[in-house]
Amino acid sequence: MNYRVIHRTEYEYSDSANVCHNLAHLSPRQDAGQRCNSHFLSVVPQPSLLDERIDHFGNRTFYFSIEKPHRTMVVTATSLIDTQARNNTAHSASSWKTFGAELDGRPPRDQLIAKEFSLESPLIPRLEQLRHYAEPSFANHDGILAAAMDIMRRIFNEYTYDPAFTTLATPLRDVLEHKRGVCQDFAHLAIGCLRSFGIPARYISGYLETQPPPGQAKLVGADASHAWLSVYTPDAGWIELDPTNNQRPDNRYIVIGWGRDYSDLPPLKGVIFGGGTHNMKVSVDVEPLNR
Amino acid sequence: MEHTCFVETQANQDHVALNPFTAEGYSAGSSYDEMWDQNGRIRPHWQGFMQAINKLGGPALSKSRQEARRIFRENGVSYNVYGDPHGHQRTWDLDPIPFIISSEDWAEIEDGLIQRAELMNLILADLYGQQKLIQQGLLPAELVLGHEGYLRACDQFRQPNGMELHDFAVDLARGPDGRMWVLRDYAQSPAGIGYALENRTVMTRIMPQFFQDGHIHRISFFFRTLRAGLNSLPTRRTEQPRIVVLTPGPYSELYFEHAYLASYLGYPLVQGDDLAVREGHVWLKTLDGLQPVEVIIRRLNDRFCDPLELAEDSLLGVAGLLQAARMGNVMIVNPLGSGVLENPGLIPFLPGISRYYLGCDLKLPSAATWWCGQPTEREFVLENIHKIIIKPIYRAYGSTSFFGAMASRDECETMRQKIRAHPHLYVGQEQVSFSTAPCFIKGRIEPRHTAIRTFVTSHEGRFHVMKGGLSRAARDRGVSAPSRHFDNISKDTWILATRPERHVSLWLQPTTQEMAIERSGMLASRAAENLYWTGRYAERLEGTARILRNVIMQMNRVEESGNEVHQELIHLLQKSLTSVTEMYPGFLTDTPLTSQEASTEIRSIMSDENRMGSIPNLLGSLTTSAYMVRDRWSMDNWRVLDGIKNHWRNVQSNPHGHIFSAIYELDELITSLAAFMGLNMESMTREPGWLMLDSGRRIERGLWLIRMMKSLLVPQRDDLLQHMILESLLATHESLITHRRRYRSYLQLQTTLDVLLIDETNPRALAYQLERLQRDLGRMPRPRLATKFSAEEKLVLEATTQLRLVDLPSITKPSAENGYQKLLELLLFIESRLMSTSETLNHFYFSHAQGPRQLIPTRRKTENL
Repeated sequence: MNYRVIHRTEYEYSDSANVCHNLAHLSPRQDAGQRCNSHFLSVVPQPSLLDERIDHFGNRTFYFSIEKPHRTMVVTATSLIDTQARNNTAHSASSWKTFGAELDGRPPRDQLIAKEFSLESPLIPRLEQLRHYAEPSFANHDGILAAAMDIMRRIFNEYTYDPAFTTLATPLRDVLEHKRGVCQDFAHLAIGCLRSFGIPARYISGYLETQPPPGQAKLVGADASHAWLSVYTPDAGWIELDPTNNQRPDNRYIVIGWGRDYSDLPPLKGVIFGGGTHNMKVSVDVEPLNR
Repeated sequence: MEHTCFVETQANQDHVALNPFTAEGYSAGSSYDEMWDQNGRIRPHWQGFMQAINKLGGPALSKSRQEARRIFRENGVSYNVYGDPHGHQRTWDLDPIPFIISSEDWAEIEDGLIQRAELMNLILADLYGQQKLIQQGLLPAELVLGHEGYLRACDQFRQPNGMELHDFAVDLARGPDGRMWVLRDYAQSPAGIGYALENRTVMTRIMPQFFQDGHIHRISFFFRTLRAGLNSLPTRRTEQPRIVVLTPGPYSELYFEHAYLASYLGYPLVQGDDLAVREGHVWLKTLDGLQPVEVIIRRLNDRFCDPLELAEDSLLGVAGLLQAARMGNVMIVNPLGSGVLENPGLIPFLPGISRYYLGCDLKLPSAATWWCGQPTEREFVLENIHKIIIKPIYRAYGSTSFFGAMASRDECETMRQKIRAHPHLYVGQEQVSFSTAPCFIKGRIEPRHTAIRTFVTSHEGRFHVMKGGLSRAARDRGVSAPSRHFDNISKDTWILATRPERHVSLWLQPTTQEMAIERSGMLASRAAENLYWTGRYAERLEGTARILRNVIMQMNRVEESGNEVHQELIHLLQKSLTSVTEMYPGFLTDTPLTSQEASTEIRSIMSDENRMGSIPNLLGSLTTSAYMVRDRWSMDNWRVLDGIKNHWRNVQSNPHGHIFSAIYELDELITSLAAFMGLNMESMTREPGWLMLDSGRRIERGLWLIRMMKSLLVPQRDDLLQHMILESLLATHESLITHRRRYRSYLQLQTTLDVLLIDETNPRALAYQLERLQRDLGRMPRPRLATKFSAEEKLVLEATTQLRLVDLPSITKPSAENGYQKLLELLLFIESRLMSTSETLNHFYFSHAQGPRQLIPTRRKTENL
């Protein structure tokens, strides 16, 4: 599938902002079963410095700074992406009970990456409640993938999608307690469950093409950024899961990048000097091309 | 024997008896003792020293220790126990007995330290590079990946010279086998170098006789190397790099050392918001505008260095710093991320890594350490928890080690649970009894467990070790090791030389480029602001003391007690005291205070430090401002400030004395403040720093004078009262003699104003303050603008002009009801200009713009398909 994604973020400040330093994770990776044919990051006003690099996790990261007084900042990432047919029915036979031994048979590089994603991370602490929640899924399924899919299904059935409930600062503990949240929370939750049994899992930030209700035209800006996860199996490698929608991602999913959790790749973050209070507007368009 | 140290020239090697004052009670116990061998003899390298101090005797040693304390206190050498800049400083405590190491012993230690530094350097490069050590199984992944010092944002960028580690420190203690063991590694910003230098400086003053023949290695070489190493860092700049020392600020427990080091090495001491990142380069905000910086010696934990990419809630760092470092535009020593090496979990793996990289064994051993991330080791630790030490692999602020032997059964069980929950975050370590060394404690020599911190720095691709160190002894006998904080007895560390060492001056020969940099005298805006406020507070304190003294003196004139006019004068002066110092309600009550109440009010001004404007309160503000620019004061200056503080503490602690005795205390305060300002006057170069200090002083003195005149001179009074007021006002402002000389006994408002208002040659007159201020402001650096005068210069010029144009006879003509209305108008006009000048200075020079804030994107809504 070919898509054009336009991700626009606009900040409006009540006071003049003098300087800001920003990091953007808005540029899709080249690997991950997709090709990014073109990517353009536009920043208005003109940044004094814009520098691209590949971060620790292999994601494309932009640093930019605006060093003159400004009252608005608009960051627009435009990407042309070709998502290749994704095998979302791949099977894994690896058992979580023999995970340690199976992992030892993998090359050192894979082991290192797997371990990176099985430890605690800033937003996903090790919690007794996580292990407790994950317990039945692991008890009923020997296979890592089977257990992970069970967790995905349970989150989808037992948790309420509620954008009003969570903010960025909502800890996982509260999400568990109130059984509410949005895609980031559900991804974090599933990751935490898997890690509590020592299974590596990583957080994926990206987009998902949305379909308008039948008979209606698609609204501009109606799409959004999305988050899901990927679980590691020694025999089949990384397998993606979307607990928000209880499905294994296909080629309608566009990957920006991955990390241990949201904090490793927020789409945009910054430090600002001045500016007073601010208002933020985000719009995302995922437009299929030559369908 | 190899020793040709001073020892043998004096000592009969076989029979060195201890004097009673030392032998009594010196039982070395079961541990290895540095001085005493197992046969009850003094070890050869201690003999000379022990004999010498036996000859000196206990009282002389006590005196040396007191002398040391005095020097430290006067030099302001302190350690912030709770990080409060005026509350809880602990003066440095130096033991007159050093820690002595023989030259053979040292050769091994030095070798071992260099090897360790090389190894750590290679490990650091690998962990932020290819991570071969992990992939080849020499280091477990979780040990590194789970360590909070492993900063993923610092991944994959290297120092251009391959020297990742610039400064390194290691705590050593002698193990039961007589070898030196490693207790801890410091790889972020090793503390203690400044204290070690200060210890040595003081030792050479209190015990000069030991240093004369050059048999103790000098530590000055190390500081030359340190500075040379910093100056030759491979920055982008072809000339000498411009270097700053980054401190977390005066609330840091080690602020003294940061200031000391900055001032010793001659680099500006800065805090995070003194620096700014622009276009990927780091700049220092100075009075001259932004000045480029190429090297940052950070004394700040790396996690707090950049709120954009590292700890987001840090207000101590510099946004964008990591990006600047990544682009190679600034070098940070030690580089960000080096905290990953401060991990006791590395210990069990170091021998293997040493063989892998260097092909040889580790030269310095450590206590047996078991990382709980490994199953067998974990089981061992869990089983033996009651007799070993448990340490977290990452030392978070406030985290402590767990001593199993001292813990209860329940505490052990809680610890076990913690380990089981996060095994990879803990190590167990054998509890070793390290050696004791003689310490001078309450007039006796007693053994105490002692550790030494040793320092390594790099220059031209090689590591160099300080031939000395910072030794710390536990205060109490039972304590097995001194804490890692500096809250214990400190000792100088003597490395004996096999042949006399030539004296080398600490002064380094700067290059011409370096000299050019020094002359430009980068003055950070923050430093400017604090100098300005030091000037203002010093002057405000003096002003308060003078008025107060005058009030008390008038109250004390018993011969006038029946004189009603004099009583009225006293009330007027008291009221003016309140309105000038703004300490309301004070004497501004409807009915005059009784003499009892008046005494209470005066005592409160003298001793209530929580009351705004009181003398101790102003003294606190003065010390805080001065402390913020600790690196800019000379020893003498600091001694004077310290004297004032101590003196006033005594005054405060005795609040029940007769208030008239306060006159003497105030006299002393005024004299000391004059000494403080006089020393600045005589010893500070007339650079921006001094201009700021003087401007603050002039503005404050001007405002003070205006307020006094407003309250005392504007209302019209009877001749006799007026006469008394004028006399008193002139006396308060040190101008009575001038007036008498000029006008004899002719005393009128007009003559008073001539002396106190418009006389540009009288340092106490308003006109003089304006004239000086005008000069100071004119010399301040500022961006070249088309206009000739800056905003603040214009303000002062307006005030000066108004004052010069004044017609004395006309303003001293009273109006019918309102007293001297024209005088009041003039005073108000000048007052408003002075206040605006202060605001303009603040806005133009000091304001660090706004503080940084996080732009946190609010969470996005996601369509639920």
